[in-house]
Amino acid sequence: MPQRYRILLPVVSLAVLLALTFWMQPRAMSYFGLNLLFNLAVPIALATVAQMMIIMVNDIDLSLGAFVSLVACVTATWLNDAPLAGLLILAALVLSYAALGAVIHVLDLPAIVVTLGMSFVWGGLALFILPTPGGAAPGWLRSLMTVKPPLIPMAVLAAILIAAITHLMIVRSGLGTVLRGLGGNARSVARAGWNVTALKALAYGLAGLFGVLAGMALVGLTTSADANIALRYTLLSIAGVILGGGEFIGGKVSPVGAVIGALTLTLAASFLSFLRLSPDWQIGAQGAILILVLTARLLFSRRGAAA
Amino acid sequence: MNGQDDAPVVALTQAAKHFGPVRALDGVSLQVAPGDCLGLVGHNGAGKSTLVNLINGTFGPSSGTVDFPSGAGGVRSVFQELSLCPNLTVAENLRVSHPGLKGIGWRRAARAEIGATLDAIFPGHGIDPDAEIDRLSIAERQMVEIAIGFAPRGGRARLVILDEPTSSLDEGIARQLLAHVRGFCAAGGAVIFISHMLGEVFAVASRIVVLKDGRVVADRPAAEFTRAGLLDAMGHVATEAVAQQAARTVPGEVVIRTPEGLEARRGEVVGLSGLAGHGQAAALARLYLAQTSSWRAGRGARAVFVAGDRGRDGVLPLWSILRNVSISVLRRDARRGLVDRAAERRIAGDWRGRIGIRTEDVTNPILSLSGGNQQKVLFARALASDAPVVVMDDPMRGVDVGTKQDVYALIRAEAARGRTFLWYSTETEEVCQCDRVFVFRNGRISAELTGDGITEERILEASFEMQEAS
Amino acid sequence: MSGLAKPWLWAWLAAALAFGATLALTSGRGAGELAYAAMSFGAFAAIVGLGQMLVITLGPGNVDLSIPATMTLAGTLALKVMGGEPGTAWIGLAVALAAGLGVGAANFALIWLLRLPPIIATLAASLVYQSLAIWSNRGLRIKPPPGLADFATGRVLGVPNVAWVALALAAATWLMLERSVWGRWLLASGQNLRAARLAGVPVQAVRAATYLAVAVFAGLAGYLLASFSGGAALNMGTEYLLMSIAVVVIGGSSIAGGNSNVPGVLGAALFMFLVVSMLNSYGAGAGLRNVLTGAIIIAIVIAASARRSRQ
Repeated sequence: MPQRYRILLPVVSLAVLLALTFWMQPRAMSYFGLNLLFNLAVPIALATVAQMMIIMVNDIDLSLGAFVSLVACVTATWLNDAPLAGLLILAALVLSYAALGAVIHVLDLPAIVVTLGMSFVWGGLALFILPTPGGAAPGWLRSLMTVKPPLIPMAVLAAILIAAITHLMIVRSGLGTVLRGLGGNARSVARAGWNVTALKALAYGLAGLFGVLAGMALVGLTTSADANIALRYTLLSIAGVILGGGEFIGGKVSPVGAVIGALTLTLAASFLSFLRLSPDWQIGAQGAILILVLTARLLFSRRGAAA
Repeated sequence: MNGQDDAPVVALTQAAKHFGPVRALDGVSLQVAPGDCLGLVGHNGAGKSTLVNLINGTFGPSSGTVDFPSGAGGVRSVFQELSLCPNLTVAENLRVSHPGLKGIGWRRAARAEIGATLDAIFPGHGIDPDAEIDRLSIAERQMVEIAIGFAPRGGRARLVILDEPTSSLDEGIARQLLAHVRGFCAAGGAVIFISHMLGEVFAVASRIVVLKDGRVVADRPAAEFTRAGLLDAMGHVATEAVAQQAARTVPGEVVIRTPEGLEARRGEVVGLSGLAGHGQAAALARLYLAQTSSWRAGRGARAVFVAGDRGRDGVLPLWSILRNVSISVLRRDARRGLVDRAAERRIAGDWRGRIGIRTEDVTNPILSLSGGNQQKVLFARALASDAPVVVMDDPMRGVDVGTKQDVYALIRAEAARGRTFLWYSTETEEVCQCDRVFVFRNGRISAELTGDGITEERILEASFEMQEAS
Repeated sequence: MSGLAKPWLWAWLAAALAFGATLALTSGRGAGELAYAAMSFGAFAAIVGLGQMLVITLGPGNVDLSIPATMTLAGTLALKVMGGEPGTAWIGLAVALAAGLGVGAANFALIWLLRLPPIIATLAASLVYQSLAIWSNRGLRIKPPPGLADFATGRVLGVPNVAWVALALAAATWLMLERSVWGRWLLASGQNLRAARLAGVPVQAVRAATYLAVAVFAGLAGYLLASFSGGAALNMGTEYLLMSIAVVVIGGSSIAGGNSNVPGVLGAALFMFLVVSMLNSYGAGAGLRNVLTGAIIIAIVIAASARRSRQ
């Protein structure tokens, strides 16, 4: 399926889910309703974009959830109490992600295991900072996440902004194209004279940056943090990238799709509670929705291939 | 300006490259001047790839020197394994090779540049610069690859190395490329042209260099070589008469008949021909997959497959030669589900002798063999089984002449014993050896030729006819 | 490959080092208890690790993320059916293995029929299995039958029974991989799926069997773990996901597929327990323990990769 048509499925799935939600709960079809539905989608969307940067270069990050949790802990403590120190720590975290990318490439390590090990490291560091839930969100962050722009709810506006900026960065720009090319054929990018280690470090660094933004956004919404607050983001972000039309290898990712995928997954959680589904089945239903959407993608692409 | 025009683009002086004990290149002195079209020939393992990698800077020589008297810019390589990013578009791939395309509007510039280059080399190509690579056919991808090699990219291509550039192109497009190469050299560019298709080398080269076992054994103007002389210099007995017509057995009953019209009899060698990419490989794959199952493997296979693209379809890279050969017959020789290790050793040793695999020990890793010998292993794998039908997907592509002769003889011998061969080949010479030929055009069989009717003219006619009319 | 170069040796060496470092604190006392604990807890990691190893051997992109949910579901269902009654141990085992078969079949159906990448298929499916476990559990904590609990916590010849089970499973897996036709087929498929198919290997059957096997192994582990712990908690499998992948890689199997290492999985399983207990003995808090565990995993992977590139 040509790249431009791959975005159709995520868009349609989101639209269908949105329509069903409004049908179940007409009051959700308002400014406040939309904001409520998609509030928590902002940190998830940022995390999904972070995961997309890693998947774009044919790796996978199993530590993202732990990393976002760590960032949340740092934000709720250091950034609040000693902003300069907090900023330095966050910057160091972004740089360490970039360093991770460089090391993984130079030593030819399997990313899946290295990030698995890093998840322990990030988790341990988070426990150092906040052994028990606590902390508080910096005032400016809180205001940013609860701002009420006219017409469009903050959550939707933020999602559009994130999608637009990352699309420009990854799809339209020259450097972003080379990064995607790294995922498609790393050898030929190297042969063309590019420094692949630097490129990988850049991709991972971008992932770290968006991971940091995700953690900050999360704390802005929940106002406190703990070491396990975002562990589920790992699997959620992977699902979001795939839902958005991305693929694990080959450098085929779509930033817009990833954001839409994140929105869809967030919406699915709310939708399920509207259905008054027994809590026992809420987890399972999320899995079922993921399967349904991907089945639809299969049918679409079959028909497209046959055409 | 005159002085610079005479200076060679690249000059190697006693350049050698050792990989441990292996002397890939053993003291080569060579010069390529502007306007030279150098045909580089040699059997597999002669050192051609190493020489190319020394020139394009992939690695440096172990001894000797590689000099670029007028600067090292403008040296481009176009390889056999495609090096495009399949997830990017044609124009985006140019960006990867051309960091100078910066800033807003780089896309437009990239599109224009690659479009212009494609038009110059392959008029009428029909390739959209915004198409993603993995939606293009293999021939189109090769064309894009070649165009990127010749594109200005912020400078000028001074030396372009083409390594088997026509392997995926059909005759018409190949001719366009050869014409462009001639024009490029006439205008002062230099080309190193590596090909096993001697006809092409003679059509385009001004000078021919023959490599053998890491050394230059001949370096003369092309006009001073004959075909036989060239084969001789490469180190094999030349066989001018390609088709061995003698001992053609009378084929038996029909064993294969597909809905699209492919038919084969017991003991027949059936060839598939036509322009590359017109459905032959797909037809063969369909046939093989239909005859076998991915869910059950019975004691006796109905068909076996010999891959042409070794890396993608054939070689099991972590394994030894022994295990690569026996994989097809494990089930047949198994005792209560366990592998019969004595039997597999026997089979591997037997075939090493019969087909001539050059190795001291069949438990060596398969990747320790040269390309031609790896191909022999794949043949052994297929022929070791009892399957009555052998399906071959252009297995001689890029294989040296000596190996080819050995395998042709083996195919004839097996056919005489009642095996049926379906053989897709992109070389008309090979196809002319078959008992019956199906010519493909646009995914369908356009002609069926038998016996004396199998000639290059008839094949070309059946491949091209419709295209000329439209 | 010479003896020292064998990858699995490193996992066992590392385990021995961690063992030694722990005992250094107590001047050698408690060695027996430590070894016993390591074998008990390591057995569960080894059982799921063996299954995950088979899946990872299938080639890049093949990993089973539903192992924790499968363990939970199998353990929950088995204990529920047994209801704590004596003499029902074999029925419980049958239920656990059947649950594993069902999960494996469902996983493979998603992978094969819906063409879902295994990571996504097993991830999505695991959510469903988790819900199934929650629903069937209804918050009651059912105990295992006394005979079974005794078996799961008991020992023979000084080695825990669960470790004997893990050892037997490892031996069977090793035999299958080294000597049987299926093992060759699995290794071939992992190196190059297309080439294997074209060489006559029934690749879909091999894939299906592998995904069934990993789920059955996980079911067995869940059954034993629930009996060992006195009940099936809903989060009993959580740590085993990362654990199963870690022991495969630390044990020396190639993450790219086509190359598996059974003794390595056993050594790595022991190591994972010993390294945590070593850190515990040295008084490391939860935070430090986690950081060091992670650092050790990464250090081992780096060492293993450096060795491999030298070959």
